[in-house]
Amino acid sequence: MGKEIKIKINGQEYLGQEGETILQVARKNSIKIPTLCEHSDLEPKASCRLCLVAIEGRRGFFTSCSTIIEEGMNISTDSEEISNLRKTNLELLFAQHVERCDSCVRGFNCHLFKLAKEIGIDLKRYEDRKLGYPRYRFGPSICFDASKCIDCRNCVEMCEKQGVGFLDLESHKSFIEVIPSKNPQRDCVYCGQCALHCPTGALTEIDSVADVEAELQNKDKYVVFQIAPSTRTTLGEEFGMPYGTNVLGKIFAGLRKIGAAKVFDVSVAADVTTIEEAGELIERITQKKTLPMFTSCCPAWVKYVEFYAPEFIPNLTTVRSPQMILGGLSKTYFAKKDKIDPAKIVVVSIMPCTAKKYEITLKKFDVDGLPPIDYVLTTRELARLFKKHKIDFVNLESEEGDTPWDEPTGAGVIYGASGGVTESAIRTAVYKLSGGKKLEQIEFKNLRGMERTKEVILDLGEVKLKVAIVNGLGNAKKLLEVVRADPTRYDYIEVMACYGGCIGGGGQPLPTTEEIRKLRAQGLYNIDDVKNTRVADESPIMEKLYKEFLTNEEIRHKICHTHYSQKQKEN
Amino acid sequence: MNDIIEKLKQSNLTGRGGAGFPTGLKWESVAKAEGSKKYVICNASEGEPNVFKDGFILENYMEEVIKGMVLAMETIGASEAYLYLNPDYFEKYKEKLENLITGKNIKLFKKPHYYIAGEETVICNLIEGKKMEPRQRPPFISASGLFGCPTLMNNVETFYYAYKISQGEYNGTRFYSINGEVKNKGVYELPENLTIKEVLTQTNNVPDFDFFMQVGGGAVGEILLGDELDKQAKGAASITIYNKQSTDPYNLMENWANFFLEGNCDKCVPCREGIYRLKQLILQKNFKKQELETLFNTLEKASFCALGRGAATPFRGLVNKVLPD
Repeated sequence: MGKEIKIKINGQEYLGQEGETILQVARKNSIKIPTLCEHSDLEPKASCRLCLVAIEGRRGFFTSCSTIIEEGMNISTDSEEISNLRKTNLELLFAQHVERCDSCVRGFNCHLFKLAKEIGIDLKRYEDRKLGYPRYRFGPSICFDASKCIDCRNCVEMCEKQGVGFLDLESHKSFIEVIPSKNPQRDCVYCGQCALHCPTGALTEIDSVADVEAELQNKDKYVVFQIAPSTRTTLGEEFGMPYGTNVLGKIFAGLRKIGAAKVFDVSVAADVTTIEEAGELIERITQKKTLPMFTSCCPAWVKYVEFYAPEFIPNLTTVRSPQMILGGLSKTYFAKKDKIDPAKIVVVSIMPCTAKKYEITLKKFDVDGLPPIDYVLTTRELARLFKKHKIDFVNLESEEGDTPWDEPTGAGVIYGASGGVTESAIRTAVYKLSGGKKLEQIEFKNLRGMERTKEVILDLGEVKLKVAIVNGLGNAKKLLEVVRADPTRYDYIEVMACYGGCIGGGGQPLPTTEEIRKLRAQGLYNIDDVKNTRVADESPIMEKLYKEFLTNEEIRHKICHTHYSQKQKEN
Repeated sequence: MNDIIEKLKQSNLTGRGGAGFPTGLKWESVAKAEGSKKYVICNASEGEPNVFKDGFILENYMEEVIKGMVLAMETIGASEAYLYLNPDYFEKYKEKLENLITGKNIKLFKKPHYYIAGEETVICNLIEGKKMEPRQRPPFISASGLFGCPTLMNNVETFYYAYKISQGEYNGTRFYSINGEVKNKGVYELPENLTIKEVLTQTNNVPDFDFFMQVGGGAVGEILLGDELDKQAKGAASITIYNKQSTDPYNLMENWANFFLEGNCDKCVPCREGIYRLKQLILQKNFKKQELETLFNTLEKASFCALGRGAATPFRGLVNKVLPD
């Protein structure tokens, strides 16, 4: 706790902490100051100039996002002059940005557009400078429409922070602009953090909503939806619900309303991932195979390894991600059970993630000649799909999911938070090592939280497990340096590309801030807290699955395991 | 150490890069700043058009400039220094400079071809390998500059005169750059308290035609008319004479606009988009003064750095004083 500082804003006295900005104090006290380029994940840029305020006794105007409070400051957040400056600035922003609000995926839920309405400007005062600017696609995941870019450079900064640096600045006809890097040593890993920090519709996921709607219209197709662990505590935000609310039941209901034949829970397959992965970890440790073992359910992390650090390919667990496992199970085990032609099944995976759109295109995952998953819709796309179909989401009656993939354990649900995969694996490891006894300790709270890099030594009786948990690719990059220097430092490392894990994923609702991520993650742990079964191995679904279907090496390999390879630059 | 700072203060030497900050005060604040590692940077960007006195000083007084830098390093306690040169000066003088700087812990650094790259915080960013963008101030570079360390940055001419002061050879002069439609274009060392009239008279450059001038720099310098000769030449002390009859003011404004558009960093909205809109209006020629005034105001009050803040100055002067209503 720093020193307390007294300031005045618009005539009222407020207390702030030493080192806080004017904007931070204003926000804490519900004083509205318009911003655009500001994001709490990033250093203040002061580029958009919308957050200008006046300070008594000082000439000129000051950006509140970057001005640190001082004792006795007397601040005015509005005046005729400030208002005129904001208006002109915003008009200039719309002068470069090409408005296509009716077809833009941000729709009218766009930060830039909302500001225009609040501040009240002439959108068409000047002719659009960026008319004709290019549209880029990064894999099947991200669309960058340069005509909508307002040059805030949040994406460049975020991509750098991710240790990827794929978004670059280049001079073009006297304007220095954002472009995809031409550097052969840089490639996009599809994490979508650029889209998550973009204040306009310039960077978004590549939209699959229309494709999925076409499948739903097709009477020959059997459309099955599967929902990611973290989407259940984030989708509600798109409908004004409190952060962290568990809306899975409403999601199931809404999907059935728009024509889903079945609705499944990917968290069930997370239980499979846990069992397989814990098994592989124990095998690598006892048989002295390659360590440390890295998680692989994050496709942006896997892409990062395959392009930027291929020497670590042998360290990636061979276990598939939960979504890929469930898709495969649906087109085999489930199809057979319910007597449906697998070729007619369309699997749509609802994910918090833009990289998942890439993961599903990899041929190596094909099961009996079919891709396990046909489409990925991000959390944001699902919200758009529901809104398009006028689903009154908030007032839906919660419904149960469909068997056989309806009841995950708590361990499967917490996959969506950083530390969740590890905690699930540890619960199973302890269970296995104790010969299947009921665990005394279910929760491993030292694995949880928003801290970007966590190092934990777990005393599991006969085994001491050295674990690292990291979220944010830039932090993973640093951790790889540590591993290079000392390969024995860790046994198991969980890497999530996005801050906080999947709850902070590139496909999640905007805005996403640290505060919001915490609440989303807490929502998942709350679900786990009240589950009857919290260890994957204790799941009756798992018991049945392994007894009836995943009965031998070969089938387990086909459905649950994969391999990796060094990748060339694709973008 | 205190000796030279006292001498600088007494001499009333001010920075010759255009901002005119008292040199003694600047050296003192960096000398007193907290930090074990400090830097000295000589700004030889000379990115302002129609200013060419730093090139003249490098050509003729290179040794004194280096000695001024070394003096600064000793005074503030800096173990390393940079001589930051625009690409032309870098190519022209690097060999001669390399000989002079051997063993002095001074490194040469080549500036990229952008006007904004002459701004002091941008220079720090570039030397650090960061983006070509200015930094928020405060903190000022005297407290936190290159690599976060206290940094003393001065213009070529300032280091020249700092050395002269240490030798007791300073006579209150400065270097004026005179060009445009004049008989005797060149760099002249004359007393700094002269009026523009006196400078033109003493250099035999008083025009015998109807004229206007841009004073203090060919980009952000102000526009003055023939009846404003009793003022002093501020900023970087350049005087450019334009013939009213033969100068197309729209062409001149278009050149200014292009110069800013090519040379800015495109970080902030007022400068990046405002100057572009200014150019579009100028090209149309048929603009309302109120529209220009809105853009001028935004540039002056809302820009991130001095480039944007200063960009409106010449346009405003020309439109109000030279253009027919």
